[in-house]
Amino acid sequence: MHIDILYNILILSGINIIIVLGLNLITGVTGQLSLGHAAFVSIGAYSSSILMMSLGVPFGVALIAAFIIAGLVGGLFGIPILRLHGDYFAIATLGFCEVVRVIMMNMKATINGESQRLSLSLSNIPQHISIPLVLILVVFAVLFMIRLEKSKFGLALRSIREDEIASQMMGINIARHKVLSFAIGSAFAGLGGALLASYITAISPNDFGFTRSIELLCMLVLGGMGSIVGVIAGTTILTAIPEVLRFASEYRMIMYGVVLIIMMVFRPKGLFGNIRVNV
Amino acid sequence: MLKVDSIQTKYGSIYALKGIDLVVNEGEIVTIIGANGAGKSTTLNTISGIVRSLAGSITFNGVDITHMPTDKIVESGLIQVPEGREIFPNLTVLENIKLGAYLRKDKNIKDDIEYVTSFFPRLSERFNQLGGTLSGGEQQMLAIARALMSKPKLLLMDEPSLGLAPKFVHGIFDVIKKINEQGTTVLLVEQNATLALSVASRGYVMETGKIVLEDKAENLMNNESVKAAYLGF
Repeated sequence: MHIDILYNILILSGINIIIVLGLNLITGVTGQLSLGHAAFVSIGAYSSSILMMSLGVPFGVALIAAFIIAGLVGGLFGIPILRLHGDYFAIATLGFCEVVRVIMMNMKATINGESQRLSLSLSNIPQHISIPLVLILVVFAVLFMIRLEKSKFGLALRSIREDEIASQMMGINIARHKVLSFAIGSAFAGLGGALLASYITAISPNDFGFTRSIELLCMLVLGGMGSIVGVIAGTTILTAIPEVLRFASEYRMIMYGVVLIIMMVFRPKGLFGNIRVNV
Repeated sequence: MLKVDSIQTKYGSIYALKGIDLVVNEGEIVTIIGANGAGKSTTLNTISGIVRSLAGSITFNGVDITHMPTDKIVESGLIQVPEGREIFPNLTVLENIKLGAYLRKDKNIKDDIEYVTSFFPRLSERFNQLGGTLSGGEQQMLAIARALMSKPKLLLMDEPSLGLAPKFVHGIFDVIKKINEQGTTVLLVEQNATLALSVASRGYVMETGKIVLEDKAENLMNNESVKAAYLGF
């Protein structure tokens, strides 16, 4: 395998792992099926890029800002939307994903002194990505999620996934826990988005549509809902497939389809769906 | 201790509760008996704030809890063991038990795990097993143990005998008596009227959203219409 392709797979897998860990917290741990995760990736990507390019903010600060902004938007969006259950919640997040995309299409930002529409691809984003940086952030995200799931707060989130009414009867404030989980999950999407923008250096609102949300969900489903090992495996596999089969990249959604159909038939819980992470 | 004053609850356009009054005094076991669909579970769910009353008031230890969120109600010492053993199937037995103590901030949780499992020794042999792998009776034990972890002053129990083998049912009712003797007040909803009245000190009979009869348990046991309708002799 060509070294460039390997490098590409490593970086993209790392970034996607951070993003999908966020989705895992919302969907795998708390049980709220989100079809709008790409919106928060987009928010993170644009906030960090614009901060760097129009205000000259250093990369590290832009990363933290993307994390916080995506988390705040997730929390604010979550407050009204998390009253919904199941399918209704999923449809609302789907709508949100489209709304964010359309807003981005119609927004203007001042880049290097010039006003520019975001519907055009935002390019020449400063490149700051290296394997050690991505690795450090992946390790941080994994450890953070393990600690979170083991904590009392994480136990409450899992109980909400299992049975909302019963956990309400145990005195768990469901609304607050769901909003917090959604905000934290979104923040990790934002962090991943900021890394992604700085790696591929050119982004357009259409990169973060509904299809992207589904791709992220496929990674989670393949690995196994609620399993951190599963997130790492599923994400790496589905990131590597289109890169390895680059010549057929137009057909990668077919590959996703094939892989997922095989999975649903032979291992409906995902690769690691019933393995618990022990620390 | 608990005073429910003419509460009314609706599902859609249908009234499930048409003005319920009931009182539970400290130290009692009070039971609500009645047929399927009479509104017994709705009464409990309204008291614990899972569904909301449209009118009337609920007072617990002198505090109006009618509009309080459920987590605040639990914090004030009232917890419900839900109907149909709603335990958390993919969490371990120990995690299930710990969730009962979710709102507690004191350090005695470990001792209390020992205390509540002393009622149900089978549970302590299965701490690391997933809740969903337990038998029906064990799940009911787990649901009760979990609720006890919150150190409730008042325990609401919804059909603890539902779907259990007879030998488990008697075990569960023995434990209800023990829990009560150790100072927890119990409000018990049951379809198995004979058993419920045998442990309770007072009882209410519900029919289609209303309380139709209220008396000491032994008087209800000897009441001809109760006998005919609920006791099966």
